[in-house]
Amino acid sequence: MMIQKVSCHFKSIISGDIKDHALHSRERRYQAELQSSRLECVPVEFGDYHPLKAITVTDAKSRRGARKGSTSSSSSSSSSVALDPLSSMLDGTDPLSMFAAASAVEDLGRKKREEEVVGTDFEPWSAKRGEILARFTTTEKLSIVSIYHSSAKIFPGSSAVSEKVRTRLEELDDQEEGSQRELLNLSQQEYANRIEELNQSLKEAWATDQKVKALKIVIQCSKLLSDTSVIQFYPSKFVLITDILDTFGRLVYDRISSMCSADSQTLPDSFTAADVNDTAKETCLNWFFKIASIRELIPRLYVEAAILKCNRFLNKTGIQETLPRLTAMIRGIGDPLVAVYARAYLCRVGMEVAPQLKDSLNRNFFDLLSTFRQIHGDSVQNQLVLQHVEIPQYLTLYSPAIHWILQCVAYRAPDPLLTEMMERCKKLGNNALLLNSVMWAFRAEFVAARATDFIGMIKDCDEAGFPKHLLFGSLGRSLACADPPEAERLTILNEAWKVITKIRGPQDYIHCAEIWVEFTCRHFTKREVNTVLADIIKHLTPDRAFEDAYPLLQSVIQKILTYFHDFSVLFSMERFLPFLDMFQKDGVRVAVCRTIMEVFIKHQLEPTRDPVILNALLHVCKAMHDSVNAMTLEDEKRSLSLLISGFIRMVWFGRDFEQQLSFCVEARATFCNLEPLLVQLIHTVNQLAMETRRMMRGNHSRKTAAFVRACAAYSFITIPSLSSIFCRLSLYLLSGQVALANQCLSQADAFFKAAVSLLPEVPRTISVEGKSRSSESLLLDFINNFFAMLLVVPDHPEHGVLYLVRGVLNMVQDYTWEDNGDAKVKVYISALPLLAAMSQETYLYSIPKVDSNETLYGGDPKFLTEIDKLCETLISQVLDYLKTLGREENTVRRQGSLSFSLFSSLLAHGDLRNNKLNQLAVNLWNLNHKHGCSDTRTSVRTLEYIKQQAQQPGMAHIGDMVQRLTLQSRT
Amino acid sequence: MSITLDIRLKRANKVYHEGEVLAGVVVLASKEAVQHQGISLTMEGVVNLQLSSKSVGVFEAFYNSVKPIQLINSNIEVAKAGRIPGGKTEIPFEFPLSTKGNKVLYETYHGVFVNIQYILRCDMKRSLLAKDLSRTFEFMVHCQPQKAKLVAMSVDFTITPETLQNVQERSLLPRFQIRGHLNATNCVITEPLTGELMVENSQVAIKSIELQLVRVETCGCAEGYARDATEIQNIQIAEGDVCHGLSIPIYMVFPRLFTCPTLETTNFKVEFEVNVVIVLHDDHLITENFPLKLCRV
Repeated sequence: MMIQKVSCHFKSIISGDIKDHALHSRERRYQAELQSSRLECVPVEFGDYHPLKAITVTDAKSRRGARKGSTSSSSSSSSSVALDPLSSMLDGTDPLSMFAAASAVEDLGRKKREEEVVGTDFEPWSAKRGEILARFTTTEKLSIVSIYHSSAKIFPGSSAVSEKVRTRLEELDDQEEGSQRELLNLSQQEYANRIEELNQSLKEAWATDQKVKALKIVIQCSKLLSDTSVIQFYPSKFVLITDILDTFGRLVYDRISSMCSADSQTLPDSFTAADVNDTAKETCLNWFFKIASIRELIPRLYVEAAILKCNRFLNKTGIQETLPRLTAMIRGIGDPLVAVYARAYLCRVGMEVAPQLKDSLNRNFFDLLSTFRQIHGDSVQNQLVLQHVEIPQYLTLYSPAIHWILQCVAYRAPDPLLTEMMERCKKLGNNALLLNSVMWAFRAEFVAARATDFIGMIKDCDEAGFPKHLLFGSLGRSLACADPPEAERLTILNEAWKVITKIRGPQDYIHCAEIWVEFTCRHFTKREVNTVLADIIKHLTPDRAFEDAYPLLQSVIQKILTYFHDFSVLFSMERFLPFLDMFQKDGVRVAVCRTIMEVFIKHQLEPTRDPVILNALLHVCKAMHDSVNAMTLEDEKRSLSLLISGFIRMVWFGRDFEQQLSFCVEARATFCNLEPLLVQLIHTVNQLAMETRRMMRGNHSRKTAAFVRACAAYSFITIPSLSSIFCRLSLYLLSGQVALANQCLSQADAFFKAAVSLLPEVPRTISVEGKSRSSESLLLDFINNFFAMLLVVPDHPEHGVLYLVRGVLNMVQDYTWEDNGDAKVKVYISALPLLAAMSQETYLYSIPKVDSNETLYGGDPKFLTEIDKLCETLISQVLDYLKTLGREENTVRRQGSLSFSLFSSLLAHGDLRNNKLNQLAVNLWNLNHKHGCSDTRTSVRTLEYIKQQAQQPGMAHIGDMVQRLTLQSRT
Repeated sequence: MSITLDIRLKRANKVYHEGEVLAGVVVLASKEAVQHQGISLTMEGVVNLQLSSKSVGVFEAFYNSVKPIQLINSNIEVAKAGRIPGGKTEIPFEFPLSTKGNKVLYETYHGVFVNIQYILRCDMKRSLLAKDLSRTFEFMVHCQPQKAKLVAMSVDFTITPETLQNVQERSLLPRFQIRGHLNATNCVITEPLTGELMVENSQVAIKSIELQLVRVETCGCAEGYARDATEIQNIQIAEGDVCHGLSIPIYMVFPRLFTCPTLETTNFKVEFEVNVVIVLHDDHLITENFPLKLCRV
């Protein structure tokens, strides 16, 4: 046994004195080897080939004429596209988007129905729902009449059963369905839940075929709409209840539609009454008769409107006859608020079912105008007094309904009609409410073209009525989407701002101003925007009013950033930074800074050195950086770092390298809490050094040499403040390389020494994404990398030969490696190629203007002996280790693989003409094969390689060796 | 062993006119085969008259006169005695709707004191051991369209405190003036009652305006008669203090079954009226009555 012969043991690698197995490295002719081993180059057509393109396998057997005796007789070529594993993973819907899709389904369904009949430019009701629900809320207590108490008479008259019997039967009925009671003192949320319950029980009743109960529920619900107690909640109540009505309408329509499809296919979308069978018609008729006999006006109106679409089953003209009738019916509703919402519902159903019938929409609007005076009638006033509601607040309750009606009326309406509508509105006294809706609902272009007129009208409005800031808000909204005539723009802005600046409440003011910022940004320069900002600051600073307006102020910033992408212009607005100062709450402040930085990164394409931008952004970034504290989440830190480093990357002072460096110094002081930024800065400085080198074409003058040394110094003192040890190691290595490239030998030496002395501190486990992982592989990678660098690092004149290599090896020896790990030996084995490369006459690579050891020693035999000694020691260490591994049964596999890697090293780098070495290699081979754990395929290929090598001139000796390498047969 | 018997008519709305043929199927469903002694169909049309409780005491004398009046009673055999196989069996039939002699088929009407009803009954006779099966099924009869030309006459009305009758203290009444019109009081039963109404002015706020459809049923004979008016339905056309000077539509659909063309026979009468009811906020109730004549064209 070969290993038993090795009986040496050393105290230290460096002082090793056993010469049994000196590595006589083989001479290498790198150029020639490169030539011979280079792969054959095949020109690639770039049109066809792209590494990321899906791989297309084209099987074209018959095209290869050279291939004789092909069994394939078909000349077809089949091609299959191999699936990209990434895209095929994502092919199915991933869970997140599935959730999103699921929640969107309901909305989508609703939207779809509305979009079928009208274009996508029509803002659907579903978009308004949420807004209304959020806006019209109340803290007052509400009451709801329990569903089962049905006083609406559904069946008229009734039969000959005596009165007494009937009452008794009804009582029984009621007991069956639950007692009648009125629920009082419900909070708004409870009320909404209650209505949702009704919605559910409607669906349930329908599903269990209790059609009459379903109808009762719907009637009950729509009756709630005639109740105007807690008037400020009315719009929301309307939204909730009309949802139920929509459900009901859909259920009835679907049921009748399914009755038609029972005997044939499903009805086509464009069916006519003739396609409907008698049973379906009869059922449909029945519904209409039942609804026609509902006692109360409002339920009858709403329920009939809900199933308006069903008229299609009966006859062609049903809808166009019913709509005007229902429109007229609304005149019977005395309460103007109830009436206007009923109109809104009718318009909504009308738009959905028959958008071509514009007349009844217009009729609705004109009726609304003629009943407009009701709003100021006595009964309304009395009610308001009772409920303690102010007129301006009351008037805003109308807005959603009137907006909607006008939106329907104005949709694709010709301009003359709109003009007529506007004239009619003008004629009515106190028309601010209408004016507001007109501006809201009419086409923005229409409003914008008449903006000056509108301002005049707004000014004429009564102070006590509809709030003026809302009027200006609506106008501003229109002007934000459409442009008024060029000449009028400045006048408009002046006129509007004159009024806006006088709005008293800071909240009202900012609501309005926020809207007008967009108009200002769109059409004017930084001067005007600056004025606007100054005005906002002036209004919001007293009493710290800005604290309640953060979302709006944020939106102001957002709007400005949408229009001003040039940051030098942006920051030259005097008031921009003071405006930012208003964001004093930490979270909001950071959010605003973030927005600014995002826009900056997106739109700043050229590096900049503009001092205005730099100062301002440094300020912004500092605000972000300062928000980081011990509680900040990792993710948050990461995204902040990303934004700030985006800024750092964009700073470039051109040829003024000194200033760039001093910027980095300043930035380091500013952003010391975010490590990724320090890393970024080190990279920037390294880049700066290399840039200097490039500019000087490698020949540093005295000044530039001093500068690059300063850069190195910067890196050297910054790196230790990083916490991640591997980050530090790789930065030391990188900075060392940069220093070396810039001929700063002592600096490079310092970096490498620092790296070496850091090695013992590397922990055995590090935490990666919250899990603890072994650091061994990372460390091995680094050491290999480091070895590769050491080849060209010249020895320090004051330290001994191969000072750094020895240093690394000593560290490796002393490092507490994992038990039962072969890492240490692996390092030893991988040091062999380095030593082999060092003993060559010309090195594989070198750094321009830096003399490596090849030149320093010039192949001095002493130097070579030194290397040989080191090799010897290493090999003996490895062999020693192999011996210990051989002692135990469970470690022989490791022994095998280690011996094989040593064999490979020897084969590649050793001079195998040396008999001892040759014998050692053969022994290692045998050791690898002894336990039968070698990989046969690798062995075979290795043998093939050796044979191939033997063909080369001067390598005949290894041909002999092959004879002695036996393959273990698998039996 | 269970067997179900059902009648299905071809017409979904179950409405027939005199001289037409009721076509349909008798549906038998059972798990096993069934032995029977014959299946027959009977058509019956009856007018049931009833006296209101308040009348009974007074007019006991002519109690006899209110026995049901038979309009039609005929019988056909659908299947002879035999065996019905298990499963679902449909036996088609055609049954002419025609009267004997000069009897008139009145239109189906469900009222309080007068009821005109037509039924189809299917009987299955069975051996002594098993119960006979029977199933009844109501169908509607509409009378023949009336030949007479219908002239739609608009009826105008004005309601003010002065026009009211049956008022105790006219001076206590609030001022009001309501004008309107009904497009016709000779109404086609399938068409809605229409018109307009306008509150021109009113001192007191209006609470509600309603249309009350009333049936007036008269049962009697030579000795005397009972006449009762009862409400069929009440339809609200205005709620709350409606806008003055704006016309409000009057619109009411005549309910099926509960209305029929105005009917006048020797034994009974069915007539209809509509009341326009205005309820003021101080709970004054103002009613304007219009007799209607319904007909079918």
